[in-house]
Amino acid sequence: MNKQASDGHIIRPYGDTTGDGMVQVSFTLPMPHSKVAEGAAAQLANKMGIDPAMVVHAKAMGPDFTFFVVYGRVNHLVDVSKVEVVERDYPLLSPKEANAAIKRALRRRLTVVGACIGTDAHTVGIDAILNIKGFAGEKGLEYYRELKVVNLGAQVSVPQLVERARAEKADAVLVSQVVTQRDAHLLNTREMSAAFRESYPADKRPLLIVGGPRFDEGAAADLGVDRVFGRGTTPGEVASYLVHQLVERKAS
Amino acid sequence: MTRHVGKLELDPQTVKQARALARKAGRPIVTMAKKHTTVAVERATLRLAGLQGADAEGTPWVNRLLDVVRADTGLEHGVALPVWDALLRGEADDLPTLAQKASAGSVRFRLPEGKDAERARKASARQVGRGIKLIDTRRVERDRMIKRHGDAPRQPWIYLIVATGDIYEDIPQAQQAAREGADVIAVIRSTGQSLLDFVPEGATREGFAGTYATQENFRLMRAALDESSKELGRYVRLTNYASGLCMPEIAALAGMERLDMMLNDSMYGILFRDINPVRTFVDQRFSRQVHARAGIIINTGEDNYLTTADAVEAAHTVTTSQLLNEYFAKEAGLEDWQLGLGHAFEIDPNVPDSFRLELAHAMLARDLFPNAPLKWMPPTRHMTGDVFQGYLLDGFFNLVGALTGQGILLVGMMTEAVVTPWLSDRDLALQNVRYVMNAAGNLHEDFRPQPDGFIANRARQVLGESVDLMHQILDHEHGLLDAIADGTFGLMKRPADAGRGLEGVAKKSSAYYNPASEILEAQ
Repeated sequence: MNKQASDGHIIRPYGDTTGDGMVQVSFTLPMPHSKVAEGAAAQLANKMGIDPAMVVHAKAMGPDFTFFVVYGRVNHLVDVSKVEVVERDYPLLSPKEANAAIKRALRRRLTVVGACIGTDAHTVGIDAILNIKGFAGEKGLEYYRELKVVNLGAQVSVPQLVERARAEKADAVLVSQVVTQRDAHLLNTREMSAAFRESYPADKRPLLIVGGPRFDEGAAADLGVDRVFGRGTTPGEVASYLVHQLVERKAS
Repeated sequence: MTRHVGKLELDPQTVKQARALARKAGRPIVTMAKKHTTVAVERATLRLAGLQGADAEGTPWVNRLLDVVRADTGLEHGVALPVWDALLRGEADDLPTLAQKASAGSVRFRLPEGKDAERARKASARQVGRGIKLIDTRRVERDRMIKRHGDAPRQPWIYLIVATGDIYEDIPQAQQAAREGADVIAVIRSTGQSLLDFVPEGATREGFAGTYATQENFRLMRAALDESSKELGRYVRLTNYASGLCMPEIAALAGMERLDMMLNDSMYGILFRDINPVRTFVDQRFSRQVHARAGIIINTGEDNYLTTADAVEAAHTVTTSQLLNEYFAKEAGLEDWQLGLGHAFEIDPNVPDSFRLELAHAMLARDLFPNAPLKWMPPTRHMTGDVFQGYLLDGFFNLVGALTGQGILLVGMMTEAVVTPWLSDRDLALQNVRYVMNAAGNLHEDFRPQPDGFIANRARQVLGESVDLMHQILDHEHGLLDAIADGTFGLMKRPADAGRGLEGVAKKSSAYYNPASEILEAQ
């Protein structure tokens, strides 16, 4: 065993021998298949740090593209001690785990009220999170047995939302905003959070969550909400966050 | 029809019983559907009469006009009598002008009576009849083009998806996919279009994970694929989605723009989109009547059951839904060759004998519906990002397709759940299909499951469970509607008096008249 491997924190990829640095990549270049194309693939692989690069497969895909598979030795080292990862501040749960956690801690279903507020008619976001159809291969919150989902749809006024949240004894309120003309999404969100602060005692207020493609995830405090979710958020992430905040808080 | 003895040798009595139960569960729904109309059915009627376009804010004129008619006379009499009465009274020269004047508040509508009603009825029937005629012309045109260019060279038809959000990006992608071997192109709709209570207007260049279904987008894509058909010497089919709140309108547009297949499930909108059950069944029946007339093949959405529930435990819900879809489709006038009943390869690959189970389920669908072109959907749930394992899974999916004579095969991508398909993903996926079809396409000739073996027994079990489920449905006081309400289908409880679009439903009055329905019912 060589020095690097025994140290543990400096490593290279492993093909079939320690330290051989072997990797495989596949990619497409926008050019017809030819000797030149294969050379171009090797050049790209070299620039990626693969040297020597073996172009083991090249196939024309129509007249204008060629697909390659390349194997070779990569000359980069990885220093594991310098790897930095941003840990999510709540664990990601499967629907089953989320249901079990709610049942255990609350002994009742957790109620979520969702809406698009203001004149925004784009229910895409709220529906992707709430509808059972879901988003990105994950089922929406309706799919969770222990979540009661009330989706008010589009163009809900802030007073309507507050009223319904009170009537449903909502644990959490989800608001989605797609339209951003003249910062409508920010104004609407502030109006919403102010209205909830006004009509609830601080410790009884439901969790306020806002989401949409143009929000800054770090702006929660500024907007007066508990959490902001940006583009690409999946229902599972939202559910996990709800469980973390409401169930864990209760338990502590 | 010759009597079909399938490979599973299912008990003909049980099969007959299953169909009889589906009919029994479905019939009250049809009766209910016949007694109601919806805003979408009435708007589809206006579209068939030729009303197109939208106002400056993008609200279609059909919505504008119907809203005013509804405010004046209600929805329950239908849109035709008040609208053509107004035209005959000289309120406007044509529908577009009438719609504009109505939304400006300068027309009052009334429900005509006696001779006036008779005249309005005739005039509306004449004009709406022209829309139906156009659908007929499109159908003849399709037949002629298939004759001229030739049909897809083999079954299953290879079905590929494009979804850029921009119709002008979709077009070259679709044409390239056709060159690579696609027999059917599906343009995925923008997320959430099913919940819009209007059909957007014009060519669209922005969508969310898909492209809006509009009449102009339909026209542009069909024209592009007509070019491809000519270039490739085979007719390339086009698919879109008649689902959601505007099902009848989308169906009418599809008929008028010669789309060839439409996704059109009887319960999908209810269960997965929380659309009101009555709204859905009324809209669905009208849209299926249009599809029947237009020679469009429908694709049903049973794959969705398996993406939300366990594919082994819920296998019988697929069979039940297929039987219900078949009943509703035939009642609406669709023929066997138009029934792309859906099913999917979604069993967890770690389950022992998962392939044999898949084969049993697919074979059951084939034997139950011998003359329908079944739509076979690839694995999605257990595609993890391990693209190598996924490629193998897709190969086994293709093998089941080859062994069970599927009519339409949606090509699985190894990058499912990772990225939207790359050029190379599609190429590799088609290579996978070609290899399997070339290597094992005729294997079904040699393959016959043991009469009492694992596969035959599993198929019998699923059919039996499906019959049990149908009994359970019928045990409810109001049958299928109550079953849907109490969550018999999966976890979703969808009561008949809730859900989206309920406000757009009305019980027909004794004066109700709809020229489109009249023509379509007679077919």
